Amino acid sequence: MATAVKEKQKSNVVLDYLRPGKAMPTVWCAGCGHGIVMNGIIRAIDKTGLSKDEIVMASGIGCSSRMPIYLDFNALHTTHGRSLAFATGVKFARPELKVMVVTGDGDALAIGGNHFIHACRRNIDITCILLNNYIYGMTGGQGSPTTPSQAFSTTTPYDNAEKHFEPTKLAIAAGASYVARTTVYHAPQMEKLILNGLLHRGFSLIEVISNCHTYFGRLNRQGDAVKMINDFKERSVPIARAKSMSAEELEGKIVTGLLHKKETTEFCDVYQSVVDRVQKGM
Amino acid sequence: MSNTGSDSTADSKQAPKASGKFKWQQGDPLPLEINMKWCKACNICIALCPKQVFEPDRDGKPVQARPEDCTLCTICWVHCPDLAITSSYK
Repeated sequence: MATAVKEKQKSNVVLDYLRPGKAMPTVWCAGCGHGIVMNGIIRAIDKTGLSKDEIVMASGIGCSSRMPIYLDFNALHTTHGRSLAFATGVKFARPELKVMVVTGDGDALAIGGNHFIHACRRNIDITCILLNNYIYGMTGGQGSPTTPSQAFSTTTPYDNAEKHFEPTKLAIAAGASYVARTTVYHAPQMEKLILNGLLHRGFSLIEVISNCHTYFGRLNRQGDAVKMINDFKERSVPIARAKSMSAEELEGKIVTGLLHKKETTEFCDVYQSVVDRVQKGM
Repeated sequence: MSNTGSDSTADSKQAPKASGKFKWQQGDPLPLEINMKWCKACNICIALCPKQVFEPDRDGKPVQARPEDCTLCTICWVHCPDLAITSSYK
């Protein structure tokens, strides 16, 4: 498997990875951050030098999970929340493939919460890109597990009384070995983190904060796509600076960068060693 | 542009030095190619361009009003959600 990292990249490289015959433009709203993430994923994959046949992209249901439809890789569009379970099966059967999962906040943490923590626990070599827009966008703006407290959604019309999940903390606690967070404003950083996640052997989670101005932005008076993306710029704090800040100062901020990296055994390797040992014994 | 990008605005300010010699001359093809069929007029490129190269047209889609200011800093095509912006120079 190629691991050479390309330095120079043409601006039109994205067009080489689109599925032929698929109707562009995309299904997403004008200015949706999911398109920026798709742009970043293509550029990161191009830099790894992997061929299209070596990549499997699995997704569940939701706005974010429409992405493999447009990208010309081996695609697996699965049931709601179960993309990580299907991806685990693919990786287990064909460990030589590079398996990616594109999932949304509701897909990964509510419907597929169980699969998410267990994929983290196994530390299987899957790159999970979690597009967090704080809301269920496709079905009309219902509150998701990441909808912040006191934020509005169509199911929390008097503001959200619940506390919200932090996917990165959940993943670190569950045992993922590469955890990063970024926003769609920081597109070059996102590209770099996705690239490093692809090269990392083990479960890598890249949480990308995306904008849903159609529902979350409108209900919370955050303005249009441009205003929300500029708001991510204002609210984000690099991890190096966040270490010297107090918890009060970090209230409402988005800590970006590589949050956690650990070299540990990977599930497919361990399982193969078990197979070898048992076969020798028999 | 370098990939270090934790702060992409800083990169864009250094872009003229980093990417060097690009200077659009009258008569050259425009620095950027915009696919108007894919563009959804989200205005992200217009807002994020550090040199204010774009102006919205009647539909809100970007038009390169000041191509001589473009430095090919990559911000617009990296942030385009509809993959509508490319450049024949880079």
